[in-house]
Amino acid sequence: MSDLLKKMLRDMLLARAFEERAAEEYTQGNIGGFLHLYPGEEAVGVGVLHAAEPADYIVSTYREHVHALVRGVPPGAVMAELFGRKGGCSGGMGGSMHLFDRERRFMGGYAIVGETFPVAIGIAYAIALRELPEAVICFFGDGAVNQGTFHESLNMAALWKLPVLFVCENNHYQIGTEIHRHSAVAEVYKRACAYRMPARRIDGMDVLAVHQASREALAQVRAGNGPQLLEFETYRFRGHSMADSGNYRPRVEVRAYEDKGDPLDVAMAEAGMDYPAAARQSGDHIGRLAEQLGRDGHLSAEGLAAMKVEVADTVAKAVAFAADSPQPVMADAEAALDCNRNREVLI
Amino acid sequence: MKSGECLYWQALNRALDAEMVADGDVIVLGEDVGLYGGSYRVTEGLYAKYGEWRVRDTPISEGSFTGLGVGAALVGLRPVVEIMTINFALLALDAIINMAAKIPFMSGGQFPMPLVVRMPGGVARQLAAQHSQRLEQTLMNVPGLRIAVPATPQDAWWQLRQAIRSDEPIVVLEHELLYFGKGPLDEHAEAPPMHRARVCRPGDDLTIVTYSRMRDLSLQAAEQLAEKGIEAEVIDLRSLRPIDWDTCIRSLGKTHRLLVVEEDSCFAGAGAEIVATLAERCFFTLDQAPRRVAGRELPIAYNARLEAASIPSVSTIVAVAGAMCENKGDLP
Ligand SMILES: Cc1ncc(C[n+]2csc(CCOP(=O)(O)OP(=O)(O)O)c2C)c(N)n1
Ligand SMILES: [Mg+2]
Repeated sequence: MSDLLKKMLRDMLLARAFEERAAEEYTQGNIGGFLHLYPGEEAVGVGVLHAAEPADYIVSTYREHVHALVRGVPPGAVMAELFGRKGGCSGGMGGSMHLFDRERRFMGGYAIVGETFPVAIGIAYAIALRELPEAVICFFGDGAVNQGTFHESLNMAALWKLPVLFVCENNHYQIGTEIHRHSAVAEVYKRACAYRMPARRIDGMDVLAVHQASREALAQVRAGNGPQLLEFETYRFRGHSMADSGNYRPRVEVRAYEDKGDPLDVAMAEAGMDYPAAARQSGDHIGRLAEQLGRDGHLSAEGLAAMKVEVADTVAKAVAFAADSPQPVMADAEAALDCNRNREVLI
Repeated sequence: MKSGECLYWQALNRALDAEMVADGDVIVLGEDVGLYGGSYRVTEGLYAKYGEWRVRDTPISEGSFTGLGVGAALVGLRPVVEIMTINFALLALDAIINMAAKIPFMSGGQFPMPLVVRMPGGVARQLAAQHSQRLEQTLMNVPGLRIAVPATPQDAWWQLRQAIRSDEPIVVLEHELLYFGKGPLDEHAEAPPMHRARVCRPGDDLTIVTYSRMRDLSLQAAEQLAEKGIEAEVIDLRSLRPIDWDTCIRSLGKTHRLLVVEEDSCFAGAGAEIVATLAERCFFTLDQAPRRVAGRELPIAYNARLEAASIPSVSTIVAVAGAMCENKGDLP
């Protein structure tokens, strides 16, 4: 268990550092377009994906950098995609919102809200038809559940017992609209009962709880017992995207999350072994994990420091890789469009 | 401010405000249009002024809230539905095409359809393939719809107000890169008909027919062409359904050369319709084959250079127009 915990902490640190660096690179003009970041939500992606098997498939949204990283897409390939370079995991064609990695069964980031559901059940349909012990993990936000595809897909998944784990990252906001202003039923997991689908709500700030719930659910899903839904309650510390200040959120609300868990940077950077103590009061999920590791004697101050160094180094290398990667040319774009044509000449 | 300069989004904002003051049946709905004030600020301030029943923040349910607009319009409300970007309008096409455009007709003319669907679109800055679409051709082929494409604050002000007052279903296509562009606005100037095209720049050598953001690029190209002694007449269509053919035909009678500039990809795009109809109607007036400067036949890449190379630029317009006018001196 301690190895798993260490790996999860390391991935959460990487997630935070990678995203904060992406924000900087955006400000520098090296990343363009819409950039949706993950700080605050790390425990969800990390906990769920550490419960996944290599044979499982992942379908994600536009807030998917961390999902890709935890899945094992090389950080350089993710950063290069954010830079729009040829070395990016989508060859510079997709950008931040459209990370794909076929080899790792990372089936894409989708930018139209509600698209992940039908894609996921399609993959799951193929798995069921072939009777394979695999599952599809389908990420979506709280805002996505009011799209028709959510209901349509949950129904089909339950009807045909498709191997999908629906994972709701409930950060309580659909851009500027708080969940009680967009949903008649604000507990997402309750909607699953309309399709007689097992569902639970879990603290999405606690990576161990996330991991355990995901492992249990995935075991059922892979065993052919039909789809399940997990709702993880979480919060994004930043705005919806780099174009959004997030200033529509009540300050008391933001402070409540911040006070409970001021992001690791200050504590982690400065405290070493003191960090777990400082984080004890806090609800910060990364702090909580470090605390647990420290208390159980799995991770020394030196160990934590070394982990931080390794993570910083990984991010620095990812940026260097991205910056060195060449720009794609128009022939690359045309080749991507015609990738399924088998060199047949049409006109 | 009665007249002077303003930004494109502000003109739309004032148009909404003016119509909401004037008519209690005008309502606005869409994602983040209320408390947040709209993704591009177009609905800023309206929620505070008119309250949540007239300015409604919706869930992410484009198909159904656009359909809600249809239902409300059937009984006399004048809904202005904002679809955050045109890319999400693909989820609302049933409401727009099967319902809004068809109900007045298939009811034998019993119902008005005072519905406005506003949506920003076009290629902005590295928003990638799913967020960089220009879907005007998808809607142009639908009898029963009207499509306004304002390119300036003045037209935004006029055309949105006309759309709200109209009993026909009207799609207003706004361009994401126009929102923060500035231009003069005279709130009291008399509006031309909503579908009337405008000659933005007179010229004798060739006619450039364009719309939306490509108007700006075409005007810039026309200035560069003028330095080479080529006078381009630039027509901003302002409306894509119907299209004001008379204004185009009058211009071709003078210039005898037609160039269409559109941001969308060429194949079966708006330019195809423009060229086909004008070729039919002006065959003997034209001195040479009409030409199109349009986007490439590619989804838009995230990479900034590829994105820029996928849509028309001022230099391509200048080059093509210049080539068309090469033999200008030989003409009688
Ligand atoms: C169909 C569609 N409508 C609107 C949008 C614009 N949009 C992008 S993200 C978003 C909010 C999504 O909220 P949620 O599902 O909770 O995910 P979160 O961003 O909070 O992770 C909206 C409205 C979109 N991308 N697709
Ligand atoms: Mg959300």
